[in-house]
Amino acid sequence: MTSNMTETKIATKNITLIQAINDGMKTVLERDETTLILGEDVGKNGGVFRATDGLQEIFGDDRVIDTPLSESGIIGTSIGLAVNGMKPIAEIQFMGFIYPAYDQIMTHASRIRMRTMGRFSVPMVIRAPYGAGVRAPEIHSDSAESLFTHMPGIKVVCPATPYDAKGLLIAAVEDPDPVLYMEPMHSYRSFREEVPTDYYTIEIGKGKRRIEGEDVTLITWGAMVPLVEKVAKQAKENGISCEVIDLRTLYPIDEGLIAESVKKTGRAVVIHEAPRTGGLGNDIVSIINDTSFLYLKAPIERVTGFDVPVPFSSLENHYLPTPERILKGIEKVINF
Amino acid sequence: MVESFPMKKVIDDQGNLVMASERELIDQDLVQTAYYHMYRIRTFDKKAKSLQRQGRIGTYPPFEGQEAAQVGSALALGEEDWLFPTYRDHGAMLTFGANMTRTFLYWNGRLEGCVPPDGKRIFPAAVPIATQLLHATGASWAEKRKGTKNIAIAYFGDGATSEGDFHEGLNFASVFQTPTIFFNQNNGYAISVPFERQMNSKTIAQKGIAYEIPSVRVDGNDFFAVYFEMQKAVNRARNGEGPTLIEAVTWRTGAHTTADDPTKYRPKELGQDIVDPIVRFERFMKNEGFWDEDFAANIHQEVEKEIEAAVKEMESYPKANVEDIFDHVFAELPNQLASQKDTYLQLLRGK
Repeated sequence: MTSNMTETKIATKNITLIQAINDGMKTVLERDETTLILGEDVGKNGGVFRATDGLQEIFGDDRVIDTPLSESGIIGTSIGLAVNGMKPIAEIQFMGFIYPAYDQIMTHASRIRMRTMGRFSVPMVIRAPYGAGVRAPEIHSDSAESLFTHMPGIKVVCPATPYDAKGLLIAAVEDPDPVLYMEPMHSYRSFREEVPTDYYTIEIGKGKRRIEGEDVTLITWGAMVPLVEKVAKQAKENGISCEVIDLRTLYPIDEGLIAESVKKTGRAVVIHEAPRTGGLGNDIVSIINDTSFLYLKAPIERVTGFDVPVPFSSLENHYLPTPERILKGIEKVINF
Repeated sequence: MVESFPMKKVIDDQGNLVMASERELIDQDLVQTAYYHMYRIRTFDKKAKSLQRQGRIGTYPPFEGQEAAQVGSALALGEEDWLFPTYRDHGAMLTFGANMTRTFLYWNGRLEGCVPPDGKRIFPAAVPIATQLLHATGASWAEKRKGTKNIAIAYFGDGATSEGDFHEGLNFASVFQTPTIFFNQNNGYAISVPFERQMNSKTIAQKGIAYEIPSVRVDGNDFFAVYFEMQKAVNRARNGEGPTLIEAVTWRTGAHTTADDPTKYRPKELGQDIVDPIVRFERFMKNEGFWDEDFAANIHQEVEKEIEAAVKEMESYPKANVEDIFDHVFAELPNQLASQKDTYLQLLRGK
């Protein structure tokens, strides 16, 4: 898509990740009358991060709906709407606020298709900003992806760039099943990228090789991607060639991409900001075990958050993987 | 507060009309339809309990004693309306058009039991408590958006009013004025916990006040009281006048499920004075000249036959297909799941 873009001169805009999310929603709301946005402060206020900025003015308060402050209510009514022909895009203001809706997602959204052998389905998108490092108040910084990758019946995506953010959002809306769309809050406004103004999708279930390398595969997603790219460049200066994989979809994971890369490099470091135990990194280690064990030259390293609640902002930088910790992980697998 | 929500009755325990004015709303067709459905679901319920005891189906939650509430509510719905039941509302589902064989299949652990007949908008029974109030709100909200006159009904029990989703459902319905009927069957007990320990309020109907949702308390063992109040709620919803909360006061004659023993927590004498809703209805039929021995004998026979046929069909149903555990989780099988499925099927096939 990127290379075609320059050849055929597709119209693009230089925008941030949050603007790309806004543009993605605008694009689907224009195209499909059944799409709705529901959430707290998404209407008049345009969302606490401005993700839905200006959309209520264009599409009306009937399609960009300020709901009561009620996460289970937002998800539960979205299930009813989705079952009856609507396509809700439900915003959970922060991922740390998703827990009251967990029951609705776990016991209904994710299993209605199975329970009715496909008679009823729940094509809905749940958007949730996640992650630490923006000095937010307590509970505003959680990375709870594993609660949902472990949940059968829901897909989980997590874009790292403006281009992917728009394409994955549209793909999530097109998907016939519920999709949790995790937004890296830390990357909302940190950089810009050329993003097509038109409708396009990024296939759910496909990761992307961000940097090609030979010595070690760094596997990550979301807000960790720019950090890991930076570390890969630092490592290069020390003579270590890192391949960086951005998973983009956390369920179903692009196992082929991981296997292909690890077979080439023989080493892997998984980086994520969620707590270590039960973290998605463990599944990635298992995928490598299943697909590329005999190619490994060293045990796989994980650089993750600790098994602690995300610390208050004065200490949160100690929780997040740092360049130092990631570099140490890389050195460990190289020097094994 | 209880004075503001007097229990509405049309007939008393002896089957006498309490309000003569209601008499003209009652005709032979309504009486016979109501009797047929109440008798039918009672017989179904008895059969299900007996099948469970014989090990021919799994754990089953009986609804005996709640037939007037379930039939009175379901009969007031229209073909295109949505029904969101709990696991104790198979009587309402059958009355609304669920398939009996499939209903037995559900209690025999079969997925097919959740699939309604084509075009029937019957959701699978909610097993968590009160979650379905939000689904009914959402589905009826979608009807409102589409500009139809269709509505949704959510069934729930007295225990469900203690859940957060009860509040969230009523609040959303109230804020967005959705065409939703919140139909509560207050049967006195949530497993072992009596109404008095579930809430300090004297009625469930009074909770509607907080949401500015019109609410009413009816004798849930009086078919006519339930049916007429349901009709009012249905009309209000169809006319764009929003949701209604109905508290139908009834009684769970039996256990919570076939795995439960109510003698452990419910005084034996409790509920002994409650007149069975079908007995009460038969008394009314006899009092008012609707009773017809031949009609009754015919339906009894017809229902027996239908149930026997449904049990036979359930028991001779094609074996559950192992592929079904994988194939309906997503519209398309993701790779991981496809490989789990293949590996397991190969093992089963001895490869």
